[in-house]
Amino acid sequence: MANHSSSIREPLILGTKTYHQITEDISRPIEGKANGMFKVVFTISALIALWGVGCFAYTIGTGIGVWGLNKTVGWAWDITNFVWWVGIGHAGTLISAILLLFRQRWRMSINRSAEAMTIFAVICAALFPVMHMGRVWMAYWVLPLPNTFGSLWVNFNSPLLWDVFAISTYFSVSLVFWYTGLIPDFASIRDRQVKPGMRKIYSILSFGWSGSAKQWSRFEEVSLVLAGLSTPLVLSVHTIVSMDFATSVIPGWHTTIFPPYFVAGAIFSGFAMVLTLLIIMRKVLHLEDYITITHVEAMNKIIIITGSIVGVAYLTELFISWYSGVEYEQYAFLNRATGPYWWSYWSMMTCNVITPQLFWFKKIRKSLMATFIISIFVNIGMWFERFVIIVTSLHRDYLPSSWTMFHPTFVDIGIFIGTIGIFFTLFLVFSRTFPVIAMSELKTIVKSTSENTNQTHH
Amino acid sequence: MSNYTFSSKTKNLSIALMAIGLLSIVGGFLADSHRAWPTLLHNSFFFMAIGLGALFFLAVQYAAEVGWSAAVKRPIEAVSSVLPYGAAIFGVVVILSALHINHVYHWADPHVHDPASEHYDSIIAGKSGFLNPVFFIIRTVVYLGGWVLFFRAFMKRSEIEGQGLNVQNWKATQSLAAWFLVFFAVTSSTSAWDWIMSIDTHWFSTLFGWYTFAGFFVSALTVITLVVLHLKGRGLLPEVNENHIHDLGKFMFAFSVFWTYLWFSQFMLIWYSNIPEEVTYYMDRFENYKFLFIFNLFLNFFFPFLILIKRGAKRRTGVLTFTGIMILIGHWSDNFVMITPGVMKEHWHLGWMEIGTMLGFLGLFLFIVLNKLASKPVSNPTHVFYEESVHHHI
Repeated sequence: MANHSSSIREPLILGTKTYHQITEDISRPIEGKANGMFKVVFTISALIALWGVGCFAYTIGTGIGVWGLNKTVGWAWDITNFVWWVGIGHAGTLISAILLLFRQRWRMSINRSAEAMTIFAVICAALFPVMHMGRVWMAYWVLPLPNTFGSLWVNFNSPLLWDVFAISTYFSVSLVFWYTGLIPDFASIRDRQVKPGMRKIYSILSFGWSGSAKQWSRFEEVSLVLAGLSTPLVLSVHTIVSMDFATSVIPGWHTTIFPPYFVAGAIFSGFAMVLTLLIIMRKVLHLEDYITITHVEAMNKIIIITGSIVGVAYLTELFISWYSGVEYEQYAFLNRATGPYWWSYWSMMTCNVITPQLFWFKKIRKSLMATFIISIFVNIGMWFERFVIIVTSLHRDYLPSSWTMFHPTFVDIGIFIGTIGIFFTLFLVFSRTFPVIAMSELKTIVKSTSENTNQTHH
Repeated sequence: MSNYTFSSKTKNLSIALMAIGLLSIVGGFLADSHRAWPTLLHNSFFFMAIGLGALFFLAVQYAAEVGWSAAVKRPIEAVSSVLPYGAAIFGVVVILSALHINHVYHWADPHVHDPASEHYDSIIAGKSGFLNPVFFIIRTVVYLGGWVLFFRAFMKRSEIEGQGLNVQNWKATQSLAAWFLVFFAVTSSTSAWDWIMSIDTHWFSTLFGWYTFAGFFVSALTVITLVVLHLKGRGLLPEVNENHIHDLGKFMFAFSVFWTYLWFSQFMLIWYSNIPEEVTYYMDRFENYKFLFIFNLFLNFFFPFLILIKRGAKRRTGVLTFTGIMILIGHWSDNFVMITPGVMKEHWHLGWMEIGTMLGFLGLFLFIVLNKLASKPVSNPTHVFYEESVHHHI
């Protein structure tokens, strides 16, 4: 395709890269040896993950009574963490499917790692509802399987069951989409290996990819079909997660804006996590020429948009709770803002609505350090958002005699921290064994959007 | 470079439509003013909001640095130029309604706020801090005035853009777009609560603003597409190829699905929870407006979804025009079902008055848009992304 990009567009690949240089740069982390820093970080992550696994084991062995739940607050950190992780998992699919439909070429440098992050985040998320069942060995009961217990069926009217379908579909499609994209890149790595062991492994992973025209044609067709399937999934997963709350008649939960607002929040948190990870990764793996400030800036713009959508939704809820004239609704919001959990509400407001507005300043939007700090704020804020929705609505509902507080136990905290460990461990393994940038895709734009082309056109 | 000519035949047609509209409105007020007011509100809102939707789309093109759409910028602008005229007419209708010259807004009746009155309504009285004529009118003026000011600023930038390639001006338009989007993000929701949601004064839904937005935005995208097809039919806009048309078709498809998503979210959550204060809204509509209620969903979802899902359909003038007209009828009737039940309850009509008023507004709409198109060249070669747009190929 000829290059007709306007000269005001920033190049997406810096330096004068050749096809071979791209392969070299992206294969380097896989072929090289891990440095000391990597080993230290990996050990810490693995230890935290192990601690989480220990807390899981303790929960399964003793029962979920070891969590801080009580009869009023029956959902707390578990579901908060579940929603938080599922939300983080949204950026990958948005980048790979929706940005593909919108022909955003900057997605090519980040889609691979964002999709990996999606898959790891969904794994972390899925642990929580499974744990919450208590008897995890009966987890398969959530599936509508023919059974010998008489007419024992799952409750199709329950949004919790819709969640099972939505998230398992989302996970499967994301995994297949991610893996399909990896096949040609695995083949490139396979063809470079001199050691027979490595060659064998990447040969298996690449499914015998030969790069023939027929294979490419099928590859492109299947990618398009998967993008089409993924697009509604970006919206459906968090829509259904929001319905876990919104279909009920709990003040603060039952509100019609929840589906789109949860989706916007999920994309918001997902991009924050992508930024947190990629700002480190581009430095450690020397990918500054591929994941440029332009990429960071584009993601920051998505953070402003989705953060502002979330902000508008918060204010809408707040206003309509007053406007409704329903005393319970009004109290739920008054209690959020001024009740005993006021600090969580205001942490949410500060982190999610106020800090992202700093990205209106170009200097901040283009600063890696500022972006990194704000991305952490957003990660924290989005955790608090779910905590606010879940715990503050439950702890004081219709019956004042049942009002109580929720206090997490060390197991609640351990499991949450543990999933962060699991997430980072998986991501670190990924960053050294998988091509972290979709090189075959990136090579399609190197001629139209790198510094050397822009120079020749000027 | 050839210009669009607003042929006298088309001009006469639009004037004839306006005459029908004027007769219907005058006749309507003479026959049954209780029915004429919501009709006027409905139609003036529907056509104004299409202009607003087009202005939003225009702003997005700049804020998101969109390249492909540079070649269809003039049609987008032309559709948005309905906004100031629409805002003037709608503003008068809505302000008179807030002054309780009619009975569109139940809350505008001072008796419902008065504890001594037999018509006292404690729920509505609880909302009087927000729903009172003075504050309502101030808000209306801010929304409409703000949008029109932004519209004029965009047109001023567009004038400079037409004079020659100017990156500085493009950047200034981009920041104007960002400011507009911030203003729009808030006012698009709050205005929908004020003007439409408050007709069913007891009822509330947090999603209502976004739902209203989705409806008028997809209508605007459809009108823009139809205008581009009309220009192509006249042999204008040679730089717009079938890839541009395909992209416009995708937008019609995508936002029809988005509208349905919001329709479903709002409906399903209210139906599922079945709380009296919320569900009455749908009960009224389902009992008294059943045909339109179902017909809407059919026209606004199944039609565009099943027809436009195919790639070829989005590139074919005939298919796009037909689907586009169906979408517009669908959203016009959706607006009818949003506005009328709160005023007319079960005593509603969809007859000469409603159709005639609609035709009148349609005539005015065509007159403004086509006049605007004829006022300057329809191509826009000095846009910074013109080159990208001309070579658009997917």
